[in-house]
Amino acid sequence: MIDARTLSYDFDEEAGDLGPETRPSSGPGFGGGHAESQNDGVFFGSMTARGVAGWIAGLLLTAFYVVLYWWPQYLDAGVGLVDPLARGLSGQPADRWFLYGLLYTGAILVFGVRMLRKYRHVRYEQLRTLSVMFFQLGFAFLIPQILKALNEPEYYFSYFWPLKPEYLQPWNVDYLLQHPGRLGVFMVVWGAVMSFVAVPLLTHRFGKRWYCSWVCGCGGLAETLGDQWRQLSSKSRLSWWIERVVIYGVLVLVVLTTALLWINYSSGGSMFSSASGALAKWYGFYIGALFSGVVGVGFYPILGSRVWCRFGCPMAAILGIFQKFFSRFRIRTNGGQCMSCGNCSTYCEMGIDVRAYAQRGENIVRASCVGCGICSAVCPRGVLQLSTDGSFGDRYPGSERPLDALIATLANAPKQGHYGTEE
Amino acid sequence: MHIVIIGNGIAGVSAAQSIRRLQPDWRITLVSGESTFHYSRPALMYIYMGHMRYRDCKPYEDSYWTEQRIDLRRAWVTGIDVANQRLELHEDQPLPYDKLLIATGSKSNKFGWPGQDLEGVQGLYSLMDLKLLQQNTRECRRAVIVGGGLIGIELAEMLHFQGIDVSFLVREKSYWDNVLPTEESAMVSALIRKRGCDLRTTTSLDHIEDNGSGRASAVVTDGGDRIECQVVGLTAGISPNLDLVAESSIATGRGILVDRGFRTNTDNIFAAGDCAEIVAEDGGRNLLQQVWYTGKQQGAVAGEVIAGESRSYDPGIWYNSARFLDLEYQTYGQVGFRVPGEESLYWQHPDAAQAVRVVHVDDRVIGLNFMGLRFFHPVAEGWIGAGASVDEVLAGLHEGNFQPEFAPQRDAMAVQSLRAQWKGRAA
Repeated sequence: MIDARTLSYDFDEEAGDLGPETRPSSGPGFGGGHAESQNDGVFFGSMTARGVAGWIAGLLLTAFYVVLYWWPQYLDAGVGLVDPLARGLSGQPADRWFLYGLLYTGAILVFGVRMLRKYRHVRYEQLRTLSVMFFQLGFAFLIPQILKALNEPEYYFSYFWPLKPEYLQPWNVDYLLQHPGRLGVFMVVWGAVMSFVAVPLLTHRFGKRWYCSWVCGCGGLAETLGDQWRQLSSKSRLSWWIERVVIYGVLVLVVLTTALLWINYSSGGSMFSSASGALAKWYGFYIGALFSGVVGVGFYPILGSRVWCRFGCPMAAILGIFQKFFSRFRIRTNGGQCMSCGNCSTYCEMGIDVRAYAQRGENIVRASCVGCGICSAVCPRGVLQLSTDGSFGDRYPGSERPLDALIATLANAPKQGHYGTEE
Repeated sequence: MHIVIIGNGIAGVSAAQSIRRLQPDWRITLVSGESTFHYSRPALMYIYMGHMRYRDCKPYEDSYWTEQRIDLRRAWVTGIDVANQRLELHEDQPLPYDKLLIATGSKSNKFGWPGQDLEGVQGLYSLMDLKLLQQNTRECRRAVIVGGGLIGIELAEMLHFQGIDVSFLVREKSYWDNVLPTEESAMVSALIRKRGCDLRTTTSLDHIEDNGSGRASAVVTDGGDRIECQVVGLTAGISPNLDLVAESSIATGRGILVDRGFRTNTDNIFAAGDCAEIVAEDGGRNLLQQVWYTGKQQGAVAGEVIAGESRSYDPGIWYNSARFLDLEYQTYGQVGFRVPGEESLYWQHPDAAQAVRVVHVDDRVIGLNFMGLRFFHPVAEGWIGAGASVDEVLAGLHEGNFQPEFAPQRDAMAVQSLRAQWKGRAA
């Protein structure tokens, strides 16, 4: 017989949280240094579980971006404060963008150190974090300042079209080409080579992570400052659907904008002249400022750390297409060892339901995966491994060539079951 | 056709999925009093420690069950009316079935210790237990855990997270040394102590003291030591949950007796997972498997049989994994099974908590253990299944390396040492 205590049990699944009522102050548990044990109490923390602190942080971050874009005069005091530094670096006065760059870089460095401590036993995370710190400090902060000091164009060698659409837009290309000296020409060639040659090649070899979680500044901020909020990304299928519609929508938009600008330019301004300019301006405001800044970073504490990378970034969209169909990268699952606990899915900042694949013993080959490696680090059974070995058929059982997989995916899309093609 | 499954754990759910795949039109009802939705039982500890919420431990989105047309029924089954083919439910109408699968899992062992039913004394198996633990640890400063298996060490980790001092009573000479070989067991024992847990080996529970109002106030060991505490965790193993069948005509041994198709002695009634005991046809030992992976495999086969397929359960090559605090462990094949003629080669890193064990009979490898190292399941399974030789395994050890990128690689070091031992033995 079932005892009376069991029959009187009344667990409320909607409320559903069964941890201690207060977050213990004892610090990390027995797990000591293990990456997963670093998540002790995450869902009891006000900052990390959309509590009051989280909402306040979200409001402050959002407010900062709103002020930065629309009421910069309120930042004058801050700009004044960093003016000596700006003059020291570039010989030119500070403006709000210098202040922003400084804060941004500072956040990546400070929270990068936190990341290095947190994942001190996971070498992949250490190297990756050092890499984003290096690229942010050098390529996205110091080099542009030095270029300014040398009267060269301010250029970010770690950002490419279409994440920075202006780098392949006619007015900017013109400006760079006409700039005295050869550096402008080099910048145009660099940008084009990176966008059209390096992206496919490096993504084929390493997956999109070579950029998204080793180089990119947006990724850098998400992986350092944003790391504490990675668990807040939605894993629902609805969010996956929205993600695909929005991110490929942005990609189409940026390609269209660039194409129209060039058509207009080559026709001497006779075609789409006002339309292309307006579209570029519209894109810059709604996507560049509102989406990537206000929503992308401001909403970290509410929607998780990779909102822009997941839903908006056209660069991530292109890298993702290459990763899904033309790359050696995938996450391998260790046979039948998964016990469906859900740590991998919970801590996936891109909202991938990693467990859905792992519990079926399948490889994870998803366009959105930025290869941050956290799923592998938090798995308590060592089930997941980021990998670039193996044949194509090993990645996609049943299809030996990329195009077969692409066609199969498109053909099966409407019929897809709960996760992928099973059921 | 209406299939009713008692228990929405991994065995019951795997069965439901098999049945739906093979029989698109049958009605399937999953009954559980614990929760409406299937959740991952091994994740209980992560809910308590705030790594995840209950909802994060559900392997499928709620809409999945509607899509699959699997009805979920939150109710406690109080009895099986075999004659009328229906289930008696607590505070609800009876539920009729055409075929029934019992997948009620396990219960924490209690060995009749005086005081075992006091307030503050509990096991850790279900959401009920987790809720109870939440209440019990509100005012707790010190706890005693009795029994040193996988659940015991998980509970120790959970309580320590709460800032509770833990004494861990283990009957064996060293932690889990009835399953782990001596060296691995010593490695884990050292780790437990290093992390500040009061591990007491060769110590059993004598009785639990009552504080005068029905609550546990102290534990007294078989050596007469008295340990004051507010919570006592009983984690001395689990046994098949036979609550529903104890007074029925369904035959039981240690578990519900079934054949390799998971049929019980009663028509239209099946049992699978932790609660099932598979009868050996050849008079050998019956099979009682109580881990996640076997629940999944047994459930899947049971579902196929229920759906009308002709299937027989093959347990395959044994494997399991666990994590002791921060030490990962994987085992494949027969390690610690006391196979006649078995010997083993063992390498342990001089400083790091990492080890490899190759168990062999003559020159055939029968089992592999990995501590602090990740190994690829299909490779180990392939070797053991094919009866690979020691030389083959040592030569190919790197093929199964599943360590994360940039992690220190130990293949060469381990193989060198294992090979030297193997040569020494041959000579």
